[in-house]
Amino acid sequence: MIDRQLKDALMQAVKQAATILPSDVVDALKRAEAKERSDLAKGQLSAILKNCEIARTGALPICQDTGIQTFFVEAGMSSPYLAKLRVIGAFIAEATAEATVAIPLRPNTVDPFTGKNPGDNLGRFMPYINWELVDGDEIMITLLPKGGGSENMSALMMLTPGVGMEGLKEAVVDHVVACGGKPCPPTIVGLGIGGGADIALKLAKRALLRDVGSRHPEPVVASLEGEILELLNMSGLGPMGIGGVTTALAVHVEYAFRHPAALPLGIVLQCWADRRAKVRITADGRVEVI
Amino acid sequence: MEREITLPVAQDLVRELRVGDVLYLTGRFFTARDEAHHLMLERKAKGEEIPFDPSQMALFHCGPVVKEEGTGRPREISPPGAIPWGWRVIAAGPTTSARMEMFEDRFLSAFGVKIIIGKGGMGERTQRALEAHGAVYTHYTGGAGALAAKAIEQVEDVFWLDELGMPEAVWIFRVKSFGPLLVTMDSTGGSLYTELAKTIAKNMVKIRERMKD
Repeated sequence: MIDRQLKDALMQAVKQAATILPSDVVDALKRAEAKERSDLAKGQLSAILKNCEIARTGALPICQDTGIQTFFVEAGMSSPYLAKLRVIGAFIAEATAEATVAIPLRPNTVDPFTGKNPGDNLGRFMPYINWELVDGDEIMITLLPKGGGSENMSALMMLTPGVGMEGLKEAVVDHVVACGGKPCPPTIVGLGIGGGADIALKLAKRALLRDVGSRHPEPVVASLEGEILELLNMSGLGPMGIGGVTTALAVHVEYAFRHPAALPLGIVLQCWADRRAKVRITADGRVEVI
Repeated sequence: MEREITLPVAQDLVRELRVGDVLYLTGRFFTARDEAHHLMLERKAKGEEIPFDPSQMALFHCGPVVKEEGTGRPREISPPGAIPWGWRVIAAGPTTSARMEMFEDRFLSAFGVKIIIGKGGMGERTQRALEAHGAVYTHYTGGAGALAAKAIEQVEDVFWLDELGMPEAVWIFRVKSFGPLLVTMDSTGGSLYTELAKTIAKNMVKIRERMKD
């Protein structure tokens, strides 16, 4: 019973993520549209909002780059459905392949050696699933379909600890501004600080799962997020990199403690089409798409 | 200045276009991303024929989502009452043009393309090629794939679909009033990106001062 529900819910989540932009992102885009002064910049945001409305009402993909389907599974260690983790992986792959035809999604997985595209969004390690055990009695599956244009603008910097937070802010601003219009601004800037090379990038990507406009619970981190956002929007790069006051919609920081000799900084940008959907399996066996 | 342009476009008209002009295009586009640029240049170099005439169309940096619909097979007459076979465009916004920078000057020279549609802008080599060949680069809102699809009336053909896959294949679209397209690089050396870079450089000085506060 729950198997059927789970499979359907995953299908629905893939569809929802591809076609309906979460309301926190739409709201942020509307605020940006109101704030822009030039017709050019305003026009970009108006086109984006109009596009999202066409996609939502017509159940069409928001962007032709429907992305690489990336799933984050957070399994509560007290969940009575932990044994389902075995089938969740298979269901995720099936839902991805079926949704590719049903929605449709663009076939976006390519063999790096032969260049062949199997046409179903499957392939070695695709869709990518990030498994994690957490406290609690629920299983939460978050889908983050992410386009190539923004992913190409990711960066890892192993900063010298001596540069401090000032050097880190400078590195972020320089990088995001240098990306220009390529990641489809206004972007959501995910930053992972500390840990190590892999951890910093992983945290940066995970930072994108947060709602746009949410702040880190720790005041020091929250204030860094606000400050970097303000600095980025002073640059004048603007929507789509053609000038304006909205270069980023949000900056989300996640961090880990670092090695004394290292200050890793992971930067992962998300385009304005910050598509997300969640499937929750509650302790009493309900399967919900959020 | 806003202009409705029908493709193929006259060389004189393209030479008149300036950064800041807004275009609405009617006619034919062909899509080409990295792989298609590479393949077409290779075929041309070997003296092989390209199965369509790129010089009559606008070049669209795009990897669309298209859906096969209807009954029958390509170029076959479908049974009475049935939806004829065809491809329908679901979403077709521009892809990041910078990836094509390594090909574009040779591509413009080889195929006589006059209008490029993309997002994010292109580099110095393309800028010089636009000047040399009298062409322009235009910007369409990135990610607005559902909106763009509305102006695409028909998929007329597709080339190299089996070899390249859906995103990288060359699709021929018939479009009506496709736009607004903002001219961001013109044939006289004008570039919105170069101008904006100057403003950003000034702003970066202020940003660095603020960071020290």
